[in-house]
Amino acid sequence: MPGAAIQIENLTKDYPFGFLHLKKKRSLEGLTMEVESGEVFGFLGPNGAGKSTTIKLLVGLIFPEAGTARILGKPITDIEMHGDIGYLPEQPYFYDYLTAAEVLDYFARFHNLTAADRGERVERMLKKVGLETARKIQLRKYSKGMLQRVGLAQAILHDPKVVILDEPMSGLDPIGRREVRDIILELKREGKTVLFSTHILSDAEMLCDRVGVIVGGKLRGIGAPGEIVGMKAQGMEILFELAGDGRNAAAIIGKATKTGDRYRLQVSEQELFAALEQLQGAGAKILSVAQIKASLEDYFMNLIEADRAQAAAVEVSGT
Amino acid sequence: MRRAGAVALNTFREAVRDRVLYNLVFFALLMMAAAIFVGGISIGIEEMVIKSLGLSAISVIGLLIAVFIGVGLVYKEMEKRTLYALLAKPVRRWEFLLGKFGGLVLTLAVNTLAMAAGLFLALLYVKHRLESADGVLLIAVYFILLKLMLVVALALLFSCYTTPLLAILYTSALYIAGLFVEEMRTFHFAAPNPAMEALLRGLSYLLPNFENFNVMAAAAHGRAIPGALIIENTAYSALYSGIVLFVAAAVFSRRNLK
Repeated sequence: MPGAAIQIENLTKDYPFGFLHLKKKRSLEGLTMEVESGEVFGFLGPNGAGKSTTIKLLVGLIFPEAGTARILGKPITDIEMHGDIGYLPEQPYFYDYLTAAEVLDYFARFHNLTAADRGERVERMLKKVGLETARKIQLRKYSKGMLQRVGLAQAILHDPKVVILDEPMSGLDPIGRREVRDIILELKREGKTVLFSTHILSDAEMLCDRVGVIVGGKLRGIGAPGEIVGMKAQGMEILFELAGDGRNAAAIIGKATKTGDRYRLQVSEQELFAALEQLQGAGAKILSVAQIKASLEDYFMNLIEADRAQAAAVEVSGT
Repeated sequence: MRRAGAVALNTFREAVRDRVLYNLVFFALLMMAAAIFVGGISIGIEEMVIKSLGLSAISVIGLLIAVFIGVGLVYKEMEKRTLYALLAKPVRRWEFLLGKFGGLVLTLAVNTLAMAAGLFLALLYVKHRLESADGVLLIAVYFILLKLMLVVALALLFSCYTTPLLAILYTSALYIAGLFVEEMRTFHFAAPNPAMEALLRGLSYLLPNFENFNVMAAAAHGRAIPGALIIENTAYSALYSGIVLFVAAAVFSRRNLK
């Protein structure tokens, strides 16, 4: 189904604070973006950037000061739309007196499912998130990672068309993270739309068709990970080993970083051939030559630093 | 209603698993002790003592559960964030509130009926038989349940927007004030003060009237309770609880969760 699964227009949210809640802090400012149907969209940003605020607005936990949003063409105020979405809250917590199977059955009751269908889905989800052996243990005995798995299971239990996950990798060990990544990729294969927020940029680069970067409540960039960081190579990296002492090319070897027996040398594209000639002349064994591209992390950090610099400039001009 | 029912059953299950019904053990012990103790009292009084003690215990235990669990019904779900995953499901906020209310009322109904059964057993032990006049006790128990329903509605309303401690204070204050509404209506100041008297009278009609539900003395003495009072109390409790729940739903429907 082509088109936007999630449409957000000028969404703005303030949080009151101070005595009698008379002051307001803007947490999200005029957010406008779309998530295409069937894509995996990563929502990136530092703590307090507005990621969770956006997600909570979408699922109706909080209400906007201004702006609108639609999911699958229905306004977010339409309760029936909730039947088509799955939501994993950040650091989820569930009724600790229930077992995993009971909590999933409870949540399944809010969807139009028969008792047999509920039972079958609960079993399938427990298996999918690796909790089938812990199904009869009360959640009060669960670790943070296990609760995260329960959260994921309840989010996809009813086969939603749009899955919204707030920090799904949080609290998981490497195996758990890998399993969540596999589930997200499986959801994509099934044609679901997935929106997830994360701090882990490598996960976003690995999983997302597109990412949105939000800093200080404002969307600062949106697009495919490669697209928004720029595909242009930022230089070349030569990986080599030295057979002798390399005295003939001491100057250039001095610029390289040594790790074990191997050296890494970063040069510009123009300098590449000259550097290779010098290294070969010194008896170096060239292992690889690769382009250096800006990572999503570089892009992300640059944005944050620019934001901090801007905030500092405003502060200075104000004093 | 199906969704509210699911919330209600879960609330009931929570109360059971949190051992709320363990109070029944205390009540059973109290009734056993009373039944044995009143054996030494003259015939006639012992029956009244058992009835009064039993009804008072049912009322006090019910009130403690209604207030202390009622004030946490919504607050605890918001604080522990168990509500987040739930409200993302196709469930309206008022359905959630209705379910929480229904779940605690169901818990109280089961608890109250179990205690009433205990009271009848104690009475049977003391009198060796039950009479038709003892049926008045069932009406008294029913009135206690109507009263508890109203208390749960008030506690739930406060639970929607304030901390449990303040909610306990507000609910208790309203309950105590509600025991004196008849006095407020007939109160006269030493120096005539028509404005204050009118204000008190007006307030007495706004406050929940808990006095009407107290028929313990009549029940203990085996006096009949008019059918009109049963209808009146049922309608009053349903209407007042309904209005309170409506206000709670209005407050909660626009509440931003942290």
